[in-house]
Parts: sequence; structure tokens; C-alpha cells
Amino acid sequence: MNTINTRSFSQKWHSYRKNPASLIMFLAVCIAAFLTVAVLFFLVGYILVKGIPNISLELFQWHYNSVNVSLMPALINTILMLLLSLLLAVPVGIFSAIYLVEYAKHSNKLVGIVRITAETLAGIPSIVYGLFGYLCFVILLQWGVSLLAGAFTLAIMILPLIMRTTEEALKSVPDSFREGSFGLGAGRLRTVFKIVLPSAVPGILAGIILGIGRILGESAALIYTAGSVAQVPTSILDSTRTLSVHMYVLASEGLYINQTYATAVVLLVIVVCINALSGYIARKIGKGN
Amino acid sequence: MKKHKEQLMKIVFAITACISIVAVILICVFLFANGVPAIGKIGLFKFIFGQVWRPANDIYGLLPMILGSIYVTAGALIIGVPIGILTATFMAKFCPNGLYKLIKPAIDLLAGIPSVVYGFFGLVVLVPFVRDSFGGNGPSMLTASILLGIMILPTIISVSEAAIRAVPDNYYEGGLALGASHERSVFFTILPAAKSGIFAGVVLGVGRAIGETMAVMMVAGNQARMPEGILKGVRTLTTNIVLEMGYSTGLHREALIATAVVLFVFILIINLSFSLMKRRVQ
Repeated sequence: MNTINTRSFSQKWHSYRKNPASLIMFLAVCIAAFLTVAVLFFLVGYILVKGIPNISLELFQWHYNSVNVSLMPALINTILMLLLSLLLAVPVGIFSAIYLVEYAKHSNKLVGIVRITAETLAGIPSIVYGLFGYLCFVILLQWGVSLLAGAFTLAIMILPLIMRTTEEALKSVPDSFREGSFGLGAGRLRTVFKIVLPSAVPGILAGIILGIGRILGESAALIYTAGSVAQVPTSILDSTRTLSVHMYVLASEGLYINQTYATAVVLLVIVVCINALSGYIARKIGKGN
Repeated sequence: MKKHKEQLMKIVFAITACISIVAVILICVFLFANGVPAIGKIGLFKFIFGQVWRPANDIYGLLPMILGSIYVTAGALIIGVPIGILTATFMAKFCPNGLYKLIKPAIDLLAGIPSVVYGFFGLVVLVPFVRDSFGGNGPSMLTASILLGIMILPTIISVSEAAIRAVPDNYYEGGLALGASHERSVFFTILPAAKSGIFAGVVLGVGRAIGETMAVMMVAGNQARMPEGILKGVRTLTTNIVLEMGYSTGLHREALIATAVVLFVFILIINLSFSLMKRRVQ
């Protein structure tokens, strides 16, 4: 569309002088875009500038105490929490998507209901998940405030995300692949696992990484399900503190402001890398098609 | 044997597909079963419209928190919506390609920052800023609104941008042909045509703002009283749950769960209107 309306700067200037309202509109969109980008750079820049000088070896010591304010246990807990919740959510998410795309017929009522519920799940605020996890896993199932309860809560939370991205990835696999496989005599199950899933892997991976990003940043859903004990758990029924919760506790205590900046940097860098990775994979798929 | 395996796996897939249905039902059952009796005990009218929240005296009026949530969300919209829509317009219709490659990842980055980091930023930057330039204590409705306004920007921008790009080019060309400038064409033909998509983005932003917990808790002041002004502290529905859940027992705890029920109903209404709008766009 730019090709039909190219003008030199002086022509533009002339038309803006004749038409000040256009100039105002132009300036408004430029200022808004500038503000958005400026806010981002200020936010990230501020935390990096304040945080990077405070990153020290002490922060990465094996055990947490009130002197070193180490984030290492929280980091390990985060990884444990991540693995456990992915272990729960990924198979369920992928299998549901397989059912929706490969097995269910278009007229199937279940498909519509599953889509609506997935949409509903995606919109529920994390604190409601936290409360549900607390009532169901911590109290009713008597797992206590624990790694397990936290992981189940998070797994339900990222389930719609993984379902939706897998669904998109499966749908983007051309039907000719399936037809070829059926033509060679493979059954539906073999077609799904040997032909369709392998070609959908990058899309699914992008979704899983997006889910990882969400888990890393989550705190409201974990405070009452996984708790805030800053130690590496010895069993899955121990209370744990992930990096985001660690960050929240430090910030609200307000005693270790320098360490909080440093923790924020670590959290920010991890989350940004994860999201960039997901975006990179998604773009690669886009180009492939 | 093979036939059996096929059938078995089909059933396994169908069962996993039902897990999300079960999850929604379980969440509803747990919230409503634990929250609705409390509303019954307190009285629906007294619970929703009561102006005093004093758990120590068994007085549970949720109106301050409901208003707090609404005001803070409205504030976030006042800040986030104009900037978001204008930025989306810039990205879709004004931005040179080279610049777009810089701005787009920046917006994605903004969407990925964890809410505790936003909250911490609000705590160390926005709170002192509001205190020094507008007065008051610092943690206030205004601070929370600014922070939420920033947080909902990426949602509004990405949905609006997609909506603006989906408008056929001949609308714009028609505008030009009638003698309108580039800006007029964009603002008076494309934006009105993308109206419903943009509105869907705003609704999604409302959902995000009303459900945000940790960031708001760190900057809103959290006093459980009727909102008194934009420089005074407020408490929202979400923060009410997080703040008191840790030590609550009995009716107090049920009242907090009932708070979540109210929040859940709000969110359901918002989601419903979002999917209705999306359907209309399609």
C-alpha cells in the first residue's frame, strides 16, 4: 500500500501545512508508539542498570540464608516445578489436541464444548487458580502446601495454551501427509504418531516454551499452593519457593533491595530468553510454510 | 490386537480431551460450593453492597473491593487504550519496515515480563514518582492504574494491530481516491472498519487488568475501605484474596472464597463478551 502513496518530504510538509488535522493525527500515533517503546526501554533498562552491579557469587550459593539471600534454591525449585508441571500438562494437552484435530468429527458436540472450556480456562485469573489449587489439592487431597500441589495448579493453568498451540500445529500439517500414510496401509494411530506429530513438533515446541515462560513468571497461583520455603525440597510433598515467588517475597519484605534488583535481572533475562526462543521457533515455522 | 490398540488409544485421546472440561467443572464446583454458602450466611445484598470490610467483627461488605477493581481497571483503560490503539495504528499503517522489526519484538517482550517484575518496578519507580509529583503516600489508585495501563498495552496492541491489518486495502484506497490524506484515510476509514476487532482487544485487556494480582498488590496500598480519591490507596478483589487468605479461618475464609466467586463471575462475563465479539468479527 505504500507504493501507491509515495511522496517526497517537501510534498508531505506542504500537505500537512494545508491540513493541520492530519499532522496532529500523525504526531499522535508517533508519540504513542514512542511512549510504548520508551516505557519498555526504561523498565528493562532501569532494572538492568540497578541489578547487574548487584549480581554476585553470593546470590548463587547452594543454601539460602538471610545473609547471602541466595536465589539458587529458588532457581532449582523453579526447574523442578517446571519439569513436574510440564510432565502433567504436555501429554494431556497434546493428546487432547490430537483428539480434536485427528479423531473428532466436525459435527462432534464434544469438540465445541472442549473449545469453550479451554477458552474459559485461558481467561481465569491466576489467583483463582491459586485458590482452587489450595482448596482442592492442599486441603481436600491433603497434599499440604507442596511442590506437587503447585505443579498440578500450574499444569491446569498452561493446559489451554499447550492445547491451542498443538491444535494449530497439527492443523498446519497438510492432509496429503495423512493420505500418503493411509495409502501405505498405516492405521490412524500410526499415522498420528509417525507422520503427523513429527512434522508438528516445532509448533508444539513453541507452545511448550510459551508455557514455560508463563510458569516462570507465575507467582499468585503458587503462594498458597507451593508456598515460600526457600529450600530445595527433599520430597514432592515439601513446600517450595520458585524464582517469581522468591522475587515477590524479597520485594515485599523490602530488606534486601539490592538483591531484589539482582534477582529481578536473573528472572527477566530467563523469561526474555525463553520468550525469544519461542518467537524464533514460531517465525521459523512461518517461513517454512 | 491392532484393532484393539486403535480403539483403546481413541478412548485415551477422548478422555484427555475431557480433562479440560473436568477442570472447569471442578474449579466452578470448588469455588461455588465453598463460596456460595458464605454469601448465603452474610446475605447477598449485604455482601455485594456492604461498605465495610472488617473480618475481626464478622462484617463482610465487598463493595470497596468491587469498586476498587472497577476504578483501577477503568484507570488502566484510560491510560492504556488510547496509547495502545494509536501504537497499533502506527505499527500497521505508519511504521517503516526497518523500524517495525525493532518495535514488534519490543512489544512481545513487554508481554512476557512477569507481573512480579512489573510490581517491583512500580514499587521502586512509580510509587516515588506519584508521591513526589502528585502528593499522597505513593501507593494509590493512580499508581496501580498507571502500572496496569502499561501491563495491558501489549494485549491491546497485538489484537488491535491484527484487526487493523485485516481491513481490506480498498477501504484505504477509496479514502485516498476521494482526496483524503494518508492520516485521514487511516483514521476515518480503516479504524472504523476495524472497530469490533479493536474492541475485542480492549475487552481482553480488561480481563487481564481485573485479574492481575501481584503487581497491583505491590502498588495499590491495599486499604480495605471505600475508594476516596485517585491519590488514596485501594484494594481490589484479587488482592483481597491474596492478602487475607494466609491467616483466615471459618466464615472469613469462606467470604474470601466468595470474593473469588464474584471475581470469577466478572471474568466469565468478560470472556463471554469477548468470544461473542470474536464470532461477530469472523
